Amino acid sequence: MSWKELNQAAVVKGGTSVEYTTQGWRVLRPIIDESKCTNCLLCWIYCPEPAIVRHEGAKVTIDYDHCKGCGICEAECPTKAITMVREP
Amino acid sequence: MTEARLARAVAWVGDEAVAEAVMQCDVDVVAAYPITPQTIIVEKLAEYVANGEFKGEFVAVESEHSALSACLGAAATGARVFTATSSQGLALMHEIMYNASGMRLPIVMAVANRALSAPLVLNADHGDMMGSRDSGWIQVYAEDVEEIYDRTIQLFKLSEDPGVLLPSAINFEGFILSHDLENVRPLPTDAVHRFLGRPNAKYRLDPSDPTTFGAIATHDSYYEFRMQQVEAMERALDAFRRMEDEYEAISGRRYGAVDAYNTQGADCVAVVNGCTAGTMRAAAKEINRAGGNVGVLAVKLYRPFPSEDILKHLEGAKVAIVMDRSLSLGAPSAPLAEDVGAALRAGGRNLRLLSVIYGIGGRDFSVTDGRRVFDLAKGGFELSRKPVMYGVKE
Repeated sequence: MSWKELNQAAVVKGGTSVEYTTQGWRVLRPIIDESKCTNCLLCWIYCPEPAIVRHEGAKVTIDYDHCKGCGICEAECPTKAITMVREP
Repeated sequence: MTEARLARAVAWVGDEAVAEAVMQCDVDVVAAYPITPQTIIVEKLAEYVANGEFKGEFVAVESEHSALSACLGAAATGARVFTATSSQGLALMHEIMYNASGMRLPIVMAVANRALSAPLVLNADHGDMMGSRDSGWIQVYAEDVEEIYDRTIQLFKLSEDPGVLLPSAINFEGFILSHDLENVRPLPTDAVHRFLGRPNAKYRLDPSDPTTFGAIATHDSYYEFRMQQVEAMERALDAFRRMEDEYEAISGRRYGAVDAYNTQGADCVAVVNGCTAGTMRAAAKEINRAGGNVGVLAVKLYRPFPSEDILKHLEGAKVAIVMDRSLSLGAPSAPLAEDVGAALRAGGRNLRLLSVIYGIGGRDFSVTDGRRVFDLAKGGFELSRKPVMYGVKE
């Protein structure tokens, strides 16, 4: 976009990170073994992005559009239910 | 400070003139950390906070990095914001200076110029501001206390101009000006208020309409955001002239982007910024009284650089001596000399330039020194492969 059309000083409305996906940043992908997961939500607390999604009456899942593959969830999971595997 | 007192001249030191100007500018937030030789500004403002005269927020911070960070946050809400620093403090602000200009926040800062460590020194040179020269701040250099007062008020107007929206710094040499007692004719506060109006930011942090300032741009648009700043700097040149017109109308005072003394047709013109402009003018007048023909071009507005004015005033000169009170170690010359040289070359002029370094770390520079600097241009000189290190002990 031309500099003449860009909004001044990169001021943007809040919440635009929802539209901006970061899955391309990822080298390793977290996979949850649902049989080991106790839904303790430690991964949800520690995830630096809102990439762990809670569900009413079901265990957590991962928002792969916004997960950057940092692996903090794997390191923090007390039941070793999360494994980082190389992206294909 | 009563309006009655304002009707006549008062005696203020440079730092005090800044604080008194800030008191008249309806400033919302001051966040600053004291550092020699800027200390009196913060002390004076703290007095006004203590006695209830300062109506805004004074944020006592633990460092200059925090001071400018607090200013940045406050300015993003659309507030009028001021800070002040010197030397190491300015260096500590360096990171945030780029954020302030990149977010287009019209913060005004006073810099009582002081040389950088090591070795530790408290006295003046321009090395501190030159270190942040490219940070996207408007930069002016004053040469007397009344000019410091006027510029402090003026910079709010210039920075807040909707076509500009850039932070700005008023520079004046530490101790030489910051602690120098001079006559100042302050303006009535209501005249200052009418001149400035209130800041009217197009974008501001507002909980009811959330925005992100300084969001990630990536390689895809960073260049374009910087281009907007390039344009804003360009517009600041015109805005500066308009602002000076308006200020002249209420005060009768105008300094210009440059100040020229006997530059037309002079054999030699000294180009200089800061308080030494006055010293050089005194030296030039002595030389001219004795039959010489030399001039002085004081560069008041340093960023944006007034290239057209420089070209115009050096039109007929045979030699220009460009005087820098700062070092660019390892560089072929010094900041002001390089800028003047670039402006002349871009304008198709091939004037003989002599780069002279002086006054480093507060080394005294007298009218006699000024005459000696003009003498350097007499009888020719090796075209300045290297700057002349004037006044260094051999």
